[in-house]
Amino acid sequence: MILLALIVVLFLGGVLAWLSEALDPKFPRFVALIAVLIDLLLMLSLLGADAEDAGWIVQLNAEWMPRFGIFFHLAADGLSILMMVLTAFLGVIAIASAWDEITERTGFFYFNLLWALAGIIGVFTALDLFLFFFFWEVMLIPMYFIIAIWGHENKNYAAMKFFIFTQISGMLMLVSILVLVYLHYVQFGSFSFAYLDLLEVNTSGAIEMWVMLGFFIAFSTKLPSVPFHSWLPDAHSQAPTAGSVLLAGVLLKTGAYGLIRFAVPFFPEASMQFAPFAMTLAVISILYCAKLAFAQTDVKRLIAYTSVSHMGFVLLGIYAWNEQALQGAVMTMLAHGLSAAALFMLAGGLQHRIHTRDMEHMGGFWAKVPRLSFVALFFSVAALGMPGLGNFVGEFLALLGAFQANIGLTVAAAFGLIFASVYSLWVIQKVFHGAYRNSDFDDARLHDLSRREMFYFGAMMIGLIWMGMYPQSFLDLSSVPLVDLLSHTEQLLSAGSGEP
Amino acid sequence: MQDLIWLLPMFPLLGFLSLVLTSGNLPKKLVGVIGVGSIGLSFLAAAVIAYQFLDSGETKLVVDMWRWMAVGGFTPGFSFYFDGLAVVMVLIITGVGFLIHLYSAGFMLDDPSYSRFFSYMNLFVASMLVLVLADNLLLLYLGWEGVGLCSYLLIGFWYEKPENGYAARKAFVTTRVGDTSMAIGLFLLFAQFGTLNIQDVLQEAQAQWALGSGLAVAVSLLLLGGAVGKSAQLPLQTWLPDAMAGPTPISALIHAATMVTAGVYLIARTHVLFELAPNVQLLVAWIGLITLLMAGFTAMTQYDIKRILAYSTVSQIGYMFLGLGVGAWSASIFHLMTHAFFKALLFLAAGTIIHSLHHEHNIFNMGGKRKQLPISFASFMIGSLALAAFPFTSGYFSKDEILIAALEMEGPGMILWLGGVLGAFLTGIYSFRLVFVVFFGESRGHHEEAEVTGFSMATPLILLMVLALFGGWIQIPVAEVFAHGGEQEEHHISALMHGIMIAVPLLGIGLSYLFFMSKTFSVERLMQKPLAESLHRFWFSGWRMDGLYDFLFVRPFVLLAKINRRDVLDALYDLLVEISKTAHAMLARSQTGQLGLYALSIGVSAVLLISLGVLL
Repeated sequence: MILLALIVVLFLGGVLAWLSEALDPKFPRFVALIAVLIDLLLMLSLLGADAEDAGWIVQLNAEWMPRFGIFFHLAADGLSILMMVLTAFLGVIAIASAWDEITERTGFFYFNLLWALAGIIGVFTALDLFLFFFFWEVMLIPMYFIIAIWGHENKNYAAMKFFIFTQISGMLMLVSILVLVYLHYVQFGSFSFAYLDLLEVNTSGAIEMWVMLGFFIAFSTKLPSVPFHSWLPDAHSQAPTAGSVLLAGVLLKTGAYGLIRFAVPFFPEASMQFAPFAMTLAVISILYCAKLAFAQTDVKRLIAYTSVSHMGFVLLGIYAWNEQALQGAVMTMLAHGLSAAALFMLAGGLQHRIHTRDMEHMGGFWAKVPRLSFVALFFSVAALGMPGLGNFVGEFLALLGAFQANIGLTVAAAFGLIFASVYSLWVIQKVFHGAYRNSDFDDARLHDLSRREMFYFGAMMIGLIWMGMYPQSFLDLSSVPLVDLLSHTEQLLSAGSGEP
Repeated sequence: MQDLIWLLPMFPLLGFLSLVLTSGNLPKKLVGVIGVGSIGLSFLAAAVIAYQFLDSGETKLVVDMWRWMAVGGFTPGFSFYFDGLAVVMVLIITGVGFLIHLYSAGFMLDDPSYSRFFSYMNLFVASMLVLVLADNLLLLYLGWEGVGLCSYLLIGFWYEKPENGYAARKAFVTTRVGDTSMAIGLFLLFAQFGTLNIQDVLQEAQAQWALGSGLAVAVSLLLLGGAVGKSAQLPLQTWLPDAMAGPTPISALIHAATMVTAGVYLIARTHVLFELAPNVQLLVAWIGLITLLMAGFTAMTQYDIKRILAYSTVSQIGYMFLGLGVGAWSASIFHLMTHAFFKALLFLAAGTIIHSLHHEHNIFNMGGKRKQLPISFASFMIGSLALAAFPFTSGYFSKDEILIAALEMEGPGMILWLGGVLGAFLTGIYSFRLVFVVFFGESRGHHEEAEVTGFSMATPLILLMVLALFGGWIQIPVAEVFAHGGEQEEHHISALMHGIMIAVPLLGIGLSYLFFMSKTFSVERLMQKPLAESLHRFWFSGWRMDGLYDFLFVRPFVLLAKINRRDVLDALYDLLVEISKTAHAMLARSQTGQLGLYALSIGVSAVLLISLGVLL
């Protein structure tokens, strides 16, 4: 029930937030904060629980449309819980960052924010593909509104682009889901959308590659990976800060989650055949987008491209499909969730202060805003993979695992470490170092981080240091499900190869 | 007490944290106490632990802190490994480090970012200590990247000037190229042995790899890539001279005494791997030799006092690499130590000069300063003698050992030795060129200024003078670490060779005297020859390596980035949008609302479709 409660609290909270605007436009943010905090507390109560059966720490399974084998099946294992905690944590952060920034139609804004969060949590817990697809769509539409209504100068273009990319790729996934269900019907004589049933479907035939690609395209568009990445820079540069936090922090991770949970386990053979291509795409994402990031002058666009680059390590790790690589992918998801969210908030904070995102109009801010600059330095250094912080653990493990799968591509991907230092330090130079530059904003507007801002940046810094110095608390949670998935595909692959 | 080894990095780390968290709000006096005191405590702890360790007769000590991560057989820990080599390294780092911190307390007193300075310095020492104490390569890599980060922060300490930022980024990115090579080496080692614990890796390698096997070559090459980055050797040496942009004590600490020796330490620590790949080990020697000569020639042409010292650092680390390459492991570590003494001394003295003469860097604007700057003069005199390996100074003993080892080597040993001796000649020239030009002759400008010293600045100089003079008599306890290889042999070098090794640096000093002191020869006249002039320019530019890398890597990257700023892949999607828009417009135009036209098109299409069906 707790999983249902998580989602219901957010749905109801959203409606309440919307309604409360009528009383006072300041109410919705409190309602939203309370709803997400309740969720966070509920999740923390899950952390102490032991896995019941097959690694599922908690689950809820009710009939929905039994005729078609559709169940309302929510379940969480360690991996889901990690992702949910990240979602709720960044949910709080997103609300905090919207606190002063969003002043118009606050009710509807927090409604959308909470519904997007609900959708994301649903995606991380749904064990029925029909339900999964439902949540997949639920998280998309509120996100569209957040960009389209509260975005910046070019918001309609960006929102539409985001919508079309995700919608088309989602449609491909829907087709793939239906084919998979049909295969189940052919092989077992009944319809089922249940995840555990579909895992048993033999997918070693010829068309499975295409079915797998449907999933792959949907998830790698969300991730995103080259060549489906180009919606992200537009969406990020136009979205309000809270939108960017959700987008970079958790929405992208649903793509990686989908690959780990569905795409590879459903189609182990096709996936292993496809792995070299996926890893090549990953390497291209890492290097190509690092280079693009370096070329940008819009801070948010720059960070958006670095996100694609970092997600490349996740994709690389997933398709290397061994324990180190997968754990690396998961750690990268968590650490990047924090570091990218923090960087977007810093960019958003700067934009809020000086009304520009153009680095050509910035420089030498260290002298003016030392706290903000130090925080930015911290997260940039985290992003470039400094040992001791979470991102390093993730990327190092991903590369360590990938090396055992494909030496050449891993070596190429490792060059991403050099590129990351180039663009990260470039941002520091342009914005914070050098002589103070003030083109056309009021000096007084550029004030240092407030106590509230220091509080949430501090929380994120502690998170990254924790992940970097003692990642075991996170790795332990994800290791059971990942090892299960690995042995599942192992079995299918050896069974497949045993047949003539 | 020995279990408290974690205190060594902990003190500076606490210093860093307390300075960062108070973000410059502490009074300067307290900042100084924290900043200097943390290193002092660390040194005391290191001294006590080292004494007990050596006294106990143990050869190694492992202290586990906590398991860093455990992922499918990959189980690196926060674990420290203490042996003779670590003893030497921690004492150099904390000892010389403490003196430099003490000096900085006076030197940086007028800087508004006093607290930021000490926080970075403390973090640096903490990282460096982790580097040399790590028992596995992943933890070593943490220290390795940590010192790189601090180096970046400190080179760019005066961030208002964009060129300082450029130098800082250059240092970080260049060394990161090496770091990445090293990281790939770690992946390969793990893939082979399933562990990154250094001692386990060395044992497994000895057990499994044949001499000269491909894997041994690959791994040692990759690690060497990391070492040449941090230690500023060919081909990644270009960052070090530019790194002089930071305050002078930083140059002393990072770019002379400690960080740049990390590569030497790495190779010494993993020397078993290099012994398994003799060709790579020989490559180390050649890299060292070529680097030491190139840097020696360049040092002769520089006129910025810090750049001369920077190139001399590159050159001296070249000697250490030469020593590693010929298997003189302990001699290299010995030179690492003596170099730390005299190079820290030289840089700190240079700092005093620059400080006293209001940020004058050009040695030709100084002259005749021996009376005006007596402590600096004494420091430079002693430091340069040690640098030039004047008999019985510290540098003499260590350099001598390296050269003897080269001479005793089979094969190319003679050439390596000759090169090393030529390098010693160059060292004599450039080090005393600096001394003669700055301290002798007639004074050129800056007549009024008195030497700025004080207790905190003078004490380190005096102590370092003593170490630079007599440090050669220190016995370093590394025999056990390198013992498993060949037994220590008695040297059998002829008196003639010994004579040459003593005489050559003196000849260099003598030549320098004739050029810059007695003016028997004239540089100006030499420069009139076109060959000499163009050679001079070539050397001065650091053998055009900067230009080459700029041309090969930097400019193409920037150009590519510029051309494709708008992401050509996105243009494909834009094209898609355009196509559908055009199609939309065309189809919309067909919606005329005229019934006749619709009827006509329905009729025509029906005929077409039916005939198509009939035909096929």
